Amino acid sequence: MAKVLGNSEFWRGLFALIMFVLLWEIGSRWKEMFGYSLPYVGLLPAPSEVAVAWTKVLPKWGYWESWYMSFKRVLAGFLAAMLIGIPFGLMLAVNKYFRDIFFPPFEVLRPIPPLAWVPASLIFWPTNEMSIAFVTFLGAFFTIVINVIGGARSIDVRYLRAAQSMGASQWDLFSKIILPGTLPSIFTGAAVGMGITWEVVLAAEMISGGGTQGSGGLGFFIWNSYMGGSLPQIVVGMISIGIAGYLSSSLIRIIGARFMPWRRLF
Amino acid sequence: MNIAIPGQPSPVQGLAPVAKPTRGQISIKNVTKIYDPEGVNVMAVDDCSMEIAAGEVCMIVGPSGCGKTTLLNAIAGFHSITSGEIRLDGELLCGPGKPKADQGADRIVVFQHGALFPWKTLAENVAYGPMVQGKLSKKDALEKAHFKLAEAGLGDFGGKYPGEVSSGMARRAEIVRALINDPAVLLLDEPYRAMDALTKSIMHESLLEVYDRTKVTIFFITHDLDEAIFLGDKVYVVTTRPCRLKKTVEVKLPRPRNFEMLSSEEFRVLVSEINEAVHEEAIKAFQSGEREMA
Repeated sequence: MAKVLGNSEFWRGLFALIMFVLLWEIGSRWKEMFGYSLPYVGLLPAPSEVAVAWTKVLPKWGYWESWYMSFKRVLAGFLAAMLIGIPFGLMLAVNKYFRDIFFPPFEVLRPIPPLAWVPASLIFWPTNEMSIAFVTFLGAFFTIVINVIGGARSIDVRYLRAAQSMGASQWDLFSKIILPGTLPSIFTGAAVGMGITWEVVLAAEMISGGGTQGSGGLGFFIWNSYMGGSLPQIVVGMISIGIAGYLSSSLIRIIGARFMPWRRLF
Repeated sequence: MNIAIPGQPSPVQGLAPVAKPTRGQISIKNVTKIYDPEGVNVMAVDDCSMEIAAGEVCMIVGPSGCGKTTLLNAIAGFHSITSGEIRLDGELLCGPGKPKADQGADRIVVFQHGALFPWKTLAENVAYGPMVQGKLSKKDALEKAHFKLAEAGLGDFGGKYPGEVSSGMARRAEIVRALINDPAVLLLDEPYRAMDALTKSIMHESLLEVYDRTKVTIFFITHDLDEAIFLGDKVYVVTTRPCRLKKTVEVKLPRPRNFEMLSSEEFRVLVSEINEAVHEEAIKAFQSGEREMA
């Protein structure tokens, strides 16, 4: 903590944030102060109004349930994508026959944006929840697979040769060279995939309109605020997502550092 | 005289002399390598023959991209050869009917820019060979690795990752990683290429120390002439691509070698003798304008 407080980067960052909020406040209160409102910026709720709206929703269970539901969906889709995507990507990278068979259909499906899957999956899956989970899964899956393939295939051939000349079996090569060598790319893919997952979950929640207030998640929270005409509350929802996304990527960074102690040096 | 290096084990003069080496005799006969025989037909090695005695430090000197590495790769079993044969201690590595040698722990390569696994500590790197070969349990292999690292003056660094130590230390650890497998031949592909002169001289001293202790056959590729003469028993000057043997020079400097020899009359005579041949090839290589390959 003392290290953070003594760090000029930290203070510059804090100063920038405060200035940003301050300018935003002045911009949206322009009319009260000068009699006419600024274009565009004048339409925004002031940060102070957002803060007030926030304190109002904070004690409400529905707001936290939105958090919980969105997190649950992100986690489910993301974990499924990791569990299926990593072995799938590794197989594509190391096995020629597997690649010949599965890579072409993969490449055709990959460019389809996850959101384009929403209507079809709403029809295909029996419940709303399952279709959201499926679309979320797709969002992360393709990114993770592509990163795993790229990572595994860009492992320096010298490492493979060195290992082989020291007598490594195929399994040793895979578990002790290819897998650790691919880890950095796996975590890059996970970080990007996590971002996409949030995007997709939010959009899917807005489209599917989760029913009751809380079970709709943060996406529906924003949508609902929009329908109710509460501008400050929309911004509350947006900032909440920003925080949620930040928390998720920090988590991935922490796990990544645990799994890859040799990367801490860089 | 021996320059003392902190953390380096004491010089070897006091140790019992190693028996005359019996392993690691390499015979290269009329080896030719043509890349892509159907297409562009790049001839990398042309009818190259060498006889390397067991326990010899054999230095291959030639211009960049001349095909030296191709030769090394053929011995290591990374590439096939087009014709000719290579034998190790009389046994056929590659030749007619078997274009590519099997890779094996009897011939271990130390690569140009180093190939320690970045995700393993130095000790884990060194323990890798005995472990995957099933010779030692993980615990014993690590113990032995720490011991071997300490022998090479890296005792305090066993727990460090390659990214945490200097390139000189990493390269020394890589040689330890090779030697723990008790190879018949060490194949070094310009291992000290990107190093500054001071680090290089320390690397030379440590390699010489290793050699005096083990008498392992060393097949060393370089284009640094001083390095070749200072380390080698024989210097093989090869031509620019395709690689052919141009000149063999025997280096009769006594062992153990030390840095005073670098300024001796004998050393300078050898340099000028080899320099002419190397320079000729360098000019040819330059004029042919071939892109350098590693």
